[in-house]
Amino acid sequence: MSLTPKKITERKALVVNPAKTCQPIGAMYAALGINKCLPHSHGSQGCCSFHRMHLTRHFRDPIVATTSSFTEGASVFGGRSNLNTAMKNIWKLYEPDVVAINTTCLSETIGDDVGSMIASMDIPEGKTVIHASTPSYVGSHITGYSNMVQAMIKQLAQHDEEASNDKINLIPGFVDPGDMREIKRITKLMGIPFTMLPDTSGVVDSPMTGKYEMYPKGGTTIEEIKESGNAKATIALGSFASEAGAFELERKCDVKPYVLKTPIGVKATDEFIMQLVKITGEEVPYALEEERGQLVDIMTDTHFHFHGKTTAIFGDPDIVIAMTEFVVSLGMTPKYIVTGTPGKEFKQAIDAILEDAGVEGAKVKGPGDLLELHQWIKNDSVDLLIGNSYGKYIAKEEDIPLVRAGFPILDRSVHSYFPIVGYKGAMRLIEKISGALLDRADRDATEEDLELVM
Amino acid sequence: MIDNVNLLDNLLSAYPGKSMKNRKEHIMLKDSKQDEQHIMANTRTIPGIMTNRGCAYAGCKGVVIGPLKDVVHITHGPIGCSYYTWGTRRHKGKAKDGEKNFISYCFSTDMQDPDIVFGGEKKLKQAIKEAVEIFEPEAISISATCPVGLIGDDINAVAKEAEEEYGIPVLAFSCEGYKGVSQSAGHHIANNELMSNVVGTKERTPKRKYPVNLLGEYNIGGDGFEIARILDKIGYEIISVMTGDGTLEEIKESHVADLNLVQCHRSINYIAEMFEEKYGIPWLKINFIGVQGTIDTLRNMAKYFGDEELIQRTEEVIEEELGEIKDILAKYKELCDGNTACLFVGGSRAHHYQNLFKEIGIETVVAGYEFGHRDDYEGREIIPDIEMTADDRNIPEITVTKDDKRYKLRLSKERYEKLQEEMPLGDYKGMVKEMEDGKIIIDDLNHYETETLLNALKPAVFGSGIKDKYVAQKMGIFSKQLHSYDYSGPYAGFKGAVNFARDISSGINTPTWNYITAPWKNDPEIEAQLGGAS
Repeated sequence: MSLTPKKITERKALVVNPAKTCQPIGAMYAALGINKCLPHSHGSQGCCSFHRMHLTRHFRDPIVATTSSFTEGASVFGGRSNLNTAMKNIWKLYEPDVVAINTTCLSETIGDDVGSMIASMDIPEGKTVIHASTPSYVGSHITGYSNMVQAMIKQLAQHDEEASNDKINLIPGFVDPGDMREIKRITKLMGIPFTMLPDTSGVVDSPMTGKYEMYPKGGTTIEEIKESGNAKATIALGSFASEAGAFELERKCDVKPYVLKTPIGVKATDEFIMQLVKITGEEVPYALEEERGQLVDIMTDTHFHFHGKTTAIFGDPDIVIAMTEFVVSLGMTPKYIVTGTPGKEFKQAIDAILEDAGVEGAKVKGPGDLLELHQWIKNDSVDLLIGNSYGKYIAKEEDIPLVRAGFPILDRSVHSYFPIVGYKGAMRLIEKISGALLDRADRDATEEDLELVM
Repeated sequence: MIDNVNLLDNLLSAYPGKSMKNRKEHIMLKDSKQDEQHIMANTRTIPGIMTNRGCAYAGCKGVVIGPLKDVVHITHGPIGCSYYTWGTRRHKGKAKDGEKNFISYCFSTDMQDPDIVFGGEKKLKQAIKEAVEIFEPEAISISATCPVGLIGDDINAVAKEAEEEYGIPVLAFSCEGYKGVSQSAGHHIANNELMSNVVGTKERTPKRKYPVNLLGEYNIGGDGFEIARILDKIGYEIISVMTGDGTLEEIKESHVADLNLVQCHRSINYIAEMFEEKYGIPWLKINFIGVQGTIDTLRNMAKYFGDEELIQRTEEVIEEELGEIKDILAKYKELCDGNTACLFVGGSRAHHYQNLFKEIGIETVVAGYEFGHRDDYEGREIIPDIEMTADDRNIPEITVTKDDKRYKLRLSKERYEKLQEEMPLGDYKGMVKEMEDGKIIIDDLNHYETETLLNALKPAVFGSGIKDKYVAQKMGIFSKQLHSYDYSGPYAGFKGAVNFARDISSGINTPTWNYITAPWKNDPEIEAQLGGAS
């Protein structure tokens, strides 16, 4: 990436090195979080192929999804016939319990009304079909995730006054299964009954058994999604990915919504746990208190590894907002903060965090792209870059360490099994951040300055 | 011994009636006793059948033009299409001194709702302007995504206007994803444009005696680097590559070569034909995958030029290269010998890699193409019998005529015919002929068929792509991506064969396969299914 000029020119049309992708992949990911669900992409088969490839590369696990395989004819006459044929084949061959259909820019542009197509379709007894409108020319993959979550709630959740329960709905946002497992572990430790929806743990991090299971054990069941309407409250983690689902549950089933940050770092995790306490009145168990104490112990003991270091953070808005808050809590200085996903709430949230911390002069952009981020860095560099794998081009060109966090991570493995959320996730992030900075210090040290103890 | 007839009957029986009829035509059990055996290919995938296929955009921007490193490739459309073809295909490109290399960049017009409603031409024009101002490229390409064709943006007009305004080539590719039935349509659209508007637009005199073009080689994992190393060592000059590690500048001069080498028949055979018709450059089907394939290719090339010195130099290089790899390859063969493979990849690799697998003692029991045509299976003699479908007709055909100024007869008719008896000059015999009786050939293999065949045949290796890699591995079957080579390569040429043998050997023999069953689940029946190696 040596052709990026230092001089920054205003751009109105050209996006270079995007920090987002399109809606359908997010919808596909959300749909994979439903038990025995087959995502279906209503459009040309290339979209489905791209999305499966990309998710597979990130998770290193099979990602199944079907497509309506539009050709030119379907693009002219509409995709109804393709969808009907697809569904026949799907029920017979792949036997899912649920099919979650997402649209694409193709089917949206020609105006296919998937809802009415489903309404006039023969759906086998006991099977469910849901759909979300996910035009690629609106929002980003995070919007697509949000839309599919909202769709599953809108089309499935029910409220039955007599069946009201004490459960908490947890909408995890576009995070890894390792994060979902951590959020569930914390909630379990609190002794709170809950439903996580959607939940890709056990689906995209399935174990090796010698036998391929098209629908691994994980995922929120249809029953659980239906019952989410009877829950006591919904906690949406990350406003961009999750609040639409929580608000839908409120609208449809009168379940009270609480929108929090993705629980990355001590502060956001505290807020998550405090919210659970407030809603349920449960006490925080010692196990969590111990974890929190360990985290703060680590933060303090190693503060000189990262305190005052400047950092650029890019990626999906919910992750970036929480990450910014976290690095601030470490005494680091966030200097450039970028997401590709549109939405003015991004800048508002980041500005609030920076103002609170007294950080001045940071550049914040949403939607922005990685060319501009690269140019900012070229003009005034940072000590550390935090973001997805695409950051490696900038990291290499500008000789900055990169801590990989968020989606997608295509060039390192195991990330999806471990959390970056919760106190444990924060410890893991510190290990990564501190390790990256110290590795750089070791690399750059002269012989006499190479330290054994750091 | 597995009864493949029964296996295929059972496989088909799960399909709903119409789908069964369709899929049956795409599956063949090789039987040379039959007078004629045919296979259906390059037809629509049935909706809902979980195909591995992509779209025309993927074939055009992702495969053919994406590797051209001196071009700013602007994808006109919503963000996803450009994003998914950013850095994911492993077509490597190394800029020579003074050249610009845009391979690690991703450019998009990121069309938004209003662009779909009011049209995206204005935004595209502005994007080109910005690309020119910021990056000062030698050329720009525009690739259309699905909505562009539907809303009627005239990318050709925008390209023409930009070309005049900025004085650089601006190529427009109407490769909307819904065109055709697979990536293959996109290869066609891309190559047509290169043939029509790039080839023959710049003159130069070759520096060496034996100038060649390398067609249908995309430098995945550095394959093209290895091929170039060998050709350079012998004394060939590569005028241009279509398109791995290629530049538009070089393709402009490609008409000065004296031989076209066709590696991937599927993506470029029609262009090779056009080169012959327009400029008189014959084409030779080559195969740099596998040691013997590489040797045969080099010998055929030398024989084509018919120069004793070249023939001798070729033999010297072959001997030298073989000397370097022989022992290590033999070691890997010992580690792989006696195993079987299923291959499902591309439009040529399911054929090419069979030879390389054979060289390390692995027999291919199932092979199929994702987007091949009938001629890739049955050989070029079937071309006149291939019926045009409605989908084919949607892809513009171009015709070329003899370029009187630049046409040069490279071979006399007699010599051409004589050479044809000795080598695949202007010919490709397809995959099926080289496969043994009883082997399965399957077109546009899908998820269900993959699962069924792998379960029944339990090969040691499944050579396919990323989408089904982990399906196989969950079953305990090693899967090697033959589109992207995982992160490895090169696999072409002499040194590539060693890399390949090393990777296959490690995949089959990794001790990790031994741990699949937890000790407390020690069920003998389960244990018998496990392990990548037999």
